Amino acid sequence: MAKILLEMKNITKTFPGVKALDNVNLQVEEGEIHALVGENGAGKSTLMNVLSGIYPHGTYEGDIIYNGQVCKFSNIKDSEKLGIVIIHQELALVPEMTIGENMYLGNERGKKFAIDWNTTYSEADKYLKMVGLTESSKVQVKTIGTGKQQLVEIAKALAKNAKLLILDEPTSSLNEEDSRALLDLMLGFKKQGMTMIIITHKLNEVAYVADKITVIRDGTTIETLENHGPEPISEERIIKGMVGREMTNRFPIRQGVKIGEVNMEVEHWTVHHPLYPERKVVDDVSINVRKGEVVGIYGLMGAGRTELAMSIFGQSYGVNCTGTLKIDGKEVKLKKSEADAIRHKIAYVTEDRKGNGLVLSQSIKVNTSLANLDSLAKLGVIDQDREYAVAEEYKDKLRTKTPSVEQLVGNLSGGNQQKVLLAKWMFAEPDIMILDEPTRGIDVGAKYEIYCIINDLAAAGKSVIMISSELPEVLGMSDRIYIMNAAKIVGEMPAKEATQENIMAAILKSGRGE
Amino acid sequence: MSAKNVVTTLKKNTMLVVLVLVYLFFVITTGGSIFKPMNFNALITQNAYVYILACGMLMCMLTGGNIDLSCGSFVCLLGAIGGVLMTVKGMSATVGILSMLAVGILYGCGLGYLVAYVNVPPWIATLAGYLAFRGLGTSILSNNSTTGSIPYPEAFVKFFSGRVFGTKPNGPMNMVCMIAGIAAAVIVVIAIFWTRQTRLNKGYAADSFTAALAKSILGAAVIVLFMYKLANNGGIPTVLIWVVAVVLIYSFITSKTVVGRHFYVVGGNMEAARMSGVNTRRIMFLAYLNMAVLTVVSAWTVMARFQASNSTAGTNYEMDAISACVVGGVSASGGAGTIMGMVIGATLIGVINLGMSLMNIDANYQKVVKGVVLLGAVAFDILSKKRES
Amino acid sequence: MKSISIGDFFKKYTMILALVVVAIFFSITTKGKILYPQNINNLISQNGYVFVLAAGMLCCILTGGNIDLSVGSVVCFTGGLGAVMMERGANMWITVLVMLAVGLLIGAFQGFWIAWVKVPPFIATLAGMYAFRGFSNVVLQGFTVAVRNEQFLKVFGGGADCYLPDLLGGGGLNRTCLLVGVVIAVLYALMTLRRVSVQRKMGIAHSVTGEIAQTAIICVVVIWLSYKLASHKGIPTVLIWIALVLLIYNYITQRTSIGRHLYAVGGNEKATRLSGVNTRFVYFFAYANIGLLAGLAGILNLARMTNAQPTYGQGYEMDAIASCFIGGASAYGGTGKISGVIIGATLMGLINQGMSIMGMDANYQSVVKGIVLLVAVMFDVLSKKQKR
Repeated sequence: MAKILLEMKNITKTFPGVKALDNVNLQVEEGEIHALVGENGAGKSTLMNVLSGIYPHGTYEGDIIYNGQVCKFSNIKDSEKLGIVIIHQELALVPEMTIGENMYLGNERGKKFAIDWNTTYSEADKYLKMVGLTESSKVQVKTIGTGKQQLVEIAKALAKNAKLLILDEPTSSLNEEDSRALLDLMLGFKKQGMTMIIITHKLNEVAYVADKITVIRDGTTIETLENHGPEPISEERIIKGMVGREMTNRFPIRQGVKIGEVNMEVEHWTVHHPLYPERKVVDDVSINVRKGEVVGIYGLMGAGRTELAMSIFGQSYGVNCTGTLKIDGKEVKLKKSEADAIRHKIAYVTEDRKGNGLVLSQSIKVNTSLANLDSLAKLGVIDQDREYAVAEEYKDKLRTKTPSVEQLVGNLSGGNQQKVLLAKWMFAEPDIMILDEPTRGIDVGAKYEIYCIINDLAAAGKSVIMISSELPEVLGMSDRIYIMNAAKIVGEMPAKEATQENIMAAILKSGRGE
Repeated sequence: MSAKNVVTTLKKNTMLVVLVLVYLFFVITTGGSIFKPMNFNALITQNAYVYILACGMLMCMLTGGNIDLSCGSFVCLLGAIGGVLMTVKGMSATVGILSMLAVGILYGCGLGYLVAYVNVPPWIATLAGYLAFRGLGTSILSNNSTTGSIPYPEAFVKFFSGRVFGTKPNGPMNMVCMIAGIAAAVIVVIAIFWTRQTRLNKGYAADSFTAALAKSILGAAVIVLFMYKLANNGGIPTVLIWVVAVVLIYSFITSKTVVGRHFYVVGGNMEAARMSGVNTRRIMFLAYLNMAVLTVVSAWTVMARFQASNSTAGTNYEMDAISACVVGGVSASGGAGTIMGMVIGATLIGVINLGMSLMNIDANYQKVVKGVVLLGAVAFDILSKKRES
Repeated sequence: MKSISIGDFFKKYTMILALVVVAIFFSITTKGKILYPQNINNLISQNGYVFVLAAGMLCCILTGGNIDLSVGSVVCFTGGLGAVMMERGANMWITVLVMLAVGLLIGAFQGFWIAWVKVPPFIATLAGMYAFRGFSNVVLQGFTVAVRNEQFLKVFGGGADCYLPDLLGGGGLNRTCLLVGVVIAVLYALMTLRRVSVQRKMGIAHSVTGEIAQTAIICVVVIWLSYKLASHKGIPTVLIWIALVLLIYNYITQRTSIGRHLYAVGGNEKATRLSGVNTRFVYFFAYANIGLLAGLAGILNLARMTNAQPTYGQGYEMDAIASCFIGGASAYGGTGKISGVIIGATLMGLINQGMSIMGMDANYQSVVKGIVLLVAVMFDVLSKKQKR
């Protein structure tokens, strides 16, 4: 048995009123990749914040033993000195600064009062090569894509002489290809003897890279699974630990499926990138959706799915948008305005909940009524009783867990926030609902509830377009599937005929330019 | 009401408590003279502009902590324009009032356009106005140096200052004022209980009976006392009508209307508001147009109070308005704040100013105290909120 | 080498072009008077405070568009304090130290509230603006206090004799001044050469033509300036102080950790904190620093006016803020350079000077200043929009 590099013993961390961690134990061997899984709010990130010194010694109980020594970190710098480096879920980069400056931020080369820029940049270039980036370190971070930014983060960690690297949801904003490259990079580091802890929601990744898997639920460690056998560990087995019961059926069965006539048609839809108008982000796309139908659009991040949806929704994205949009067989010309799209009974439920979905500083009530406030108002005066009643109604309908609709949305968990977002758009009473990654970043239990809501919407005769980059979800939920790749629709098939293989085949075929 | 309830109520209304304490402090230190009828009148007339401008400033701040630095200088420019028209050019009060309003709307549209549609950061756009308008105002006045020697039309002065149904300040009690006060108190009490009852009927959370009773007794007492004092000093100052009207209108807009709600949402998350069909640019535009119009209103009251236009009018008014908002709990990053909070903030600042001048504190120390109070109030607010969460 | 299109060139050097255009405009309207040696000298000595305060303001703006409204009052207060101390016979150097220390203390005080209590900077410094204006009055008791300490005036460039003595002698043309100009130009050229060669050796690609052109222009400007100054009594003492401050702050912002942290905090505060930087200290530094510089500006201002009055320093904060924005600092933080501030402050000074030579009404001067600020920012906003 290899040497234990890190041991966290009986860690207990209390926030006012909440016990976030309760006697958590974690053992990480030298040179392994250790996965930490659990539902949202289970305490994974809190545990890592304890480890990295963000929550300093004294604010928690229990011991951290690293390399045989008991550690008492009082800030991030202390843990970094020992080679414990954490890469946070939200990228910790300053967009306006160069890659090199970012990599040595807080860890500047040269003397404190005389930074040596030449060393900085030449060393930075060296580490960039190690993670497989060919960019110069003098390039501004904002000019490179998210996938590459994630690699810069890793290079930054390497530059700090990381011995234990902690990656918190490193692939949450990456497409499949970049994710795979990142995971392979991790396996490469492992060969060189580095120890890593990865926190992720994506169980296929866990099965792919992890040697050991520790499951955390409700602030306590449930079990540690080994992943050494010839067969990778099954996702069902991990889920069982995470939710505490067998999830035999991850997708609810649709009942009373009644698919009507075509409700919305988009023909020859082409959209150009707002910054680089010569680039097409949506290229001659034609799709349609019927009443009561759930249409899945599968595609990787960057395939143009979100761009397609947002450009249909009142041209809220892109420039030089051409093509025709028909609703109930009649062509409509939407102005460049979201309000106009809402008037035409289209709703777009964003993938970016916190960015352009919800007003976190306002109550559930205010968020629920926002997109259709006029219907609650007479001569511009809001009928607050009705508004309250509406918010209550949707809270009950969607089973949002909250003490009151006056609660601020920012205080809710991810799954409940997603429900509020859905409530907002359901209350706008659309005929066509475009759901963009409706289950991103929410836990397994809440996902199931969201799927139920989607089925209910379809059963009520709405046309639902569901955009997703999770194949099982698309396969499990849709009636019909479009496959999108590199700005184009590269395949369409009824869900019955769709399999993981023929969807991937469609993408590969288009990639080869056939 | 249990002790714990009392504590939470006090915490929620920290600024109100501070206001009461400060007032009591001045009652003691001024030997009660701040409690004289004359000084109730002074509190209103001297601070009317703060309430009016702060209503506009609140709307700007709601949209994301944006401010208007130009309003003080704009008061000066408007005073110069209106003053010259009504004195040197000999035009009627109506023409003067309307042309000031026209200038205000024109500026508001221009400013709103720059901020909302060209994306110039608001405080830079208004910093330009801050620099330019005082210069323009001063030069207009110095080119019309006879302005000061000709009085304004009587109608203008009467419309914005003096007293409604006024009697002699030290004469018998002004009955109109007293009756208005009692009526207002009754309306407030009825409103409190009516709201509570409707909420209870529909099964929503509502104040307990004791809380509602306490609220209405306190509210009614303050109003009656205030109006009683004013009644003993010749009646309702005309400007109070303007202030109350503006405050009520904006209180209504911010809490009950769709447009008002949109101000909060834009400040809370501009992108989310836009994606929900809110015309965010129009909201930004309205905020600055509205600010300019309210600046016109406050310019009217200020001109009428001093009965003269001068080049120093409006100095630091923008700071007073901002302070009133911030002390009153309006978030410096937008999306939160109420008119009632602002009114308390403005009153607190007004009381401190009045109290200090009654104590004959050196004007210089007054500035120091003003600064300390501003800092202290905000720090107190931040710290008390931090402990709560 | 990448070729730069004319459009890009205009965008990059907008403010320099604006400066040139404004200079040409005023040399026409003042019939060349603005380029008289005497007026160039005045431009520097009368606007010294703008350069010093703008350097400090830049550090605050970098942290996220935060500003310090109190500097005008602090300049007045420290000036008043110094004047009173010297009138009572205090030693000049002790006075200077006390003034700087008081400035630093005020800055640290405000920085404390901003960094640790999280009071919005706008509010904290607004409070300081009220309070120190009041304190100034208290210190001066409402009067004007004159400075009679000759040595003080000499060192900080005030009074009639506010020029560096000409060591080489030489009648009409001040040779020391000329020599200094040439030496600086040569040094600058040598340093550029060295930098380029080191970078080439390390294989970091660079456009050489652009570098040469830039160096040549800067050298010409320096020599031209020194010639002009030499034609009128030589180097104003205050120029030494300005140059010192600008050099130090250019170094701080580009080459020190704390300087880079100012940019980082403005660019992405959370990312900076997670990189192990004590962001609170960064805010504290920015405000303590501008307090110190306000103290220095107080000294320079006191020397130039040769007296202290309770009304001095009004609107200085606006001048400093405007200089930063005209010089290309972002109103949202994270970008901006000392070189930009120099251009911005010079442009403000040029406009001040040009208008007073034209005999323009002081009222219109503020109108013009306002418009210039607005146009500068609008241009910035619009050109960035196009790029996007």
